[in-house]
Amino acid sequence: MFKNKKLLVTGGTGTIGSSICHYFKSNGCEDIYSTTTSMNKVKTDQEYIKFKELNLNNIKNFNLDKTFDHDIDYLVLNAGLNRDNIFLRMSSDDWNSVINVNLNSSFHLLKHFTKKMVKKRFGRIVFISSVVAHTGNPGQVNYTASKAAISGIVKSLALELSTRNITVNSVAPGFIESNMTKKLNNDQKNSILGRIPMKKLGDSSDIAKAVGFLCSENANYITGQTLHVNGGLALI
Amino acid sequence: MSDIEERVKKIVVEHLGVEEAKIQSDSKFIDDLGADSLDTVELVMAFEEEFGCEIPDDAAEKIVTLKDAVTYLTANSN
Repeated sequence: MFKNKKLLVTGGTGTIGSSICHYFKSNGCEDIYSTTTSMNKVKTDQEYIKFKELNLNNIKNFNLDKTFDHDIDYLVLNAGLNRDNIFLRMSSDDWNSVINVNLNSSFHLLKHFTKKMVKKRFGRIVFISSVVAHTGNPGQVNYTASKAAISGIVKSLALELSTRNITVNSVAPGFIESNMTKKLNNDQKNSILGRIPMKKLGDSSDIAKAVGFLCSENANYITGQTLHVNGGLALI
Repeated sequence: MSDIEERVKKIVVEHLGVEEAKIQSDSKFIDDLGADSLDTVELVMAFEEEFGCEIPDDAAEKIVTLKDAVTYLTANSN
């Protein structure tokens, strides 16, 4: 399905990022790039991914022209960070790092790669958003702000780039078994399960398949959309 | 016609698909030659490639006619 195409997934060592890379590889993609904050996080079964060490918190000081001097077909903006706290106790550092990684880094990556996509008149851009961007979540004012901003980017950028055969969409996961949800205690987990009609957390492969769909030919006419993958948790 | 002007014109003709005879040196890419805003970005990228120089965004925004491009490239290309 993805033969002869190039993919870049940011944050490819995380649960969802790894799963996305794996899904594309299983479906014929042979040219997979990713970023990670530390090469130590790269797992042994990820040798097929060309990793670049890049801290998205610091991306504006990074020479993207040098690191990525090639074009790509699929850009999946997946890397994300959460620094949860009730708002009245949230430090400006926690605010800034979440906004930097989840939102501002997208500006730089998009600037760099959309230029190349416009030139070749093809591109599939997929953001990984979150259900909480649409429902709100106490303790995540910074995180929800960064993810809600993505909805605006997706819509405006989709309109700007549509004449060049470039689509821009997002996938909004609900609660997925991942490093992020592993931090939850049992009480938190049970309370979440009680709210999910399917009575289970999602699997990272559920997200990977949604991303794969949006990059595939089946989704050629879909742009500016958010695909909610949340087991019925929020029907938006 | 200068060498630079000729090369710029060729890029405009190829990229916008307009007849060479229709391009005046003060024709505006968008208003007169049917370009959209992304075309102007692509034209600038093509100029950069052809002339081996980098045109910063603030200068690129001021290039709206063939003449603007020729003037900029005469002063800044290698």
